[in-house]
Amino acid sequence: MFLWIIQRDLLLAMRRRADVLTTLFFFIIVVSLFPLGVGPEMDMLRIMAPGVVWVAALLASMLSLGRMFASDHLDGTLEQMLLSPQSLPLLVLGKALAHWLVTGLPLVLMAPVLGIQYDLPGDALLVLTASLLLGTPVLSLIGAIGAALTLGLRGGGVLVSLLVLPLYIPVLIFGAGAVEASSAGLGAGAHMSLLGAFLLASLVMAPWTAAVSLRISME
Amino acid sequence: MAINWFKYSSPASFYFLAGKMIPLFSIAATVLFGVGLYIGFFVAPSDFQQGEAYRIIFIHVPAAWMSMFLYVVMAAWAGIGLAFNTRLSSMIATAIAPTGAMFTFLALWTGALWGKPMWGAWWVWDARLTSELILLFLYIGFMSLQAAIDDPRRADKAGAMIALVGVVNIPIIYFSVKWWNTLHQGASVSLTQSPKMATTMLTGMLIMSLACWMYAIAVVLIRTRTIILERERHTVWVGELQGATR
Repeated sequence: MFLWIIQRDLLLAMRRRADVLTTLFFFIIVVSLFPLGVGPEMDMLRIMAPGVVWVAALLASMLSLGRMFASDHLDGTLEQMLLSPQSLPLLVLGKALAHWLVTGLPLVLMAPVLGIQYDLPGDALLVLTASLLLGTPVLSLIGAIGAALTLGLRGGGVLVSLLVLPLYIPVLIFGAGAVEASSAGLGAGAHMSLLGAFLLASLVMAPWTAAVSLRISME
Repeated sequence: MAINWFKYSSPASFYFLAGKMIPLFSIAATVLFGVGLYIGFFVAPSDFQQGEAYRIIFIHVPAAWMSMFLYVVMAAWAGIGLAFNTRLSSMIATAIAPTGAMFTFLALWTGALWGKPMWGAWWVWDARLTSELILLFLYIGFMSLQAAIDDPRRADKAGAMIALVGVVNIPIIYFSVKWWNTLHQGASVSLTQSPKMATTMLTGMLIMSLACWMYAIAVVLIRTRTIILERERHTVWVGELQGATR
């Protein structure tokens, strides 16, 4: 069932390829806007790069949250899923994972290229990519809670950002902090461990919380 | 004689209980604010390092305490409402949110007023300030989620979920000055050590905290009464209430 959900969501995403690409291009455009806004001094850009990439990843991941449950809610699939005897948290985990594969993973793969635009050195690029790899699944998992709570509400898109972005802040701090720490020669180990801890904690807590929220929203 | 506490979990009987309690807490708040402000402005000596500017703590510290405390209380009531499906608990949680947000804003604002002469900056991106700001965002998120949902029962439950998720932030704020090396000073008052400030200052601060507490209770009760009336407007007892006043 778990694998089936992932497979199904991936298949649906492949049928609507434009949606996936929109998120990715949004990410690229936001990151590319900063040098235009603050000026092209390489020294400054190198310092800003981790923060800019991370904030753009946060926004991109948040923008696509609406799609996680909304289309299934509209055509009634979600109702059937809630009625099915399978464990709902597992199902939510599958949907969050599919969301990450569709929106998070492309960002991770794209990040080194954008890092080069900002003239990041090689090891910083590696840390940036690794921190995104650990951090973006957390974004999808926490986002699932917000998406479940705002399901079918008017103005849900703006509302979900208000709910989810404050919860994203720790991931942003330690994700961007990892790159800065490694650039400063402190080593990214501590930040990476914390990101890993966030990932494990949200893997356990978020699907369950989102499942309860879905039941509340579908009552 | 045992009091049947569950009697007051019914909105109708709580409405009248709250009506009786509001004057008590309002008077207590007024008196304590008067005494606390008097001590704060006239009795407490000026600080040898900070001069007169330190006097902002008489409102800053109580507001910061209340902002965290009210969030926990709000999440607890919301959680009870979610777990036991009690209507009144969720109404109280809804009623607490604006007061909590007000105290959070007050703590940030007075902190900025103090920070300008002391640190030379209105705002610094330090762990405690940032986490307090996140707390404000959490309150706002809670309120706007509830406002966006038309069905009150769904609003209660959805709000409860987001409030409970946000509780993670409270220990982070509280321990931020210990965990990180921050600009914001460590706690001046703790239960285990003797306080690091003059007794009159401490007394003034504690009285102000009590005053804020009483104020919060009074305001929350008033708001709860309004929410009860709004949600129960189709019931018989509210109708009789209207008939009595008319």
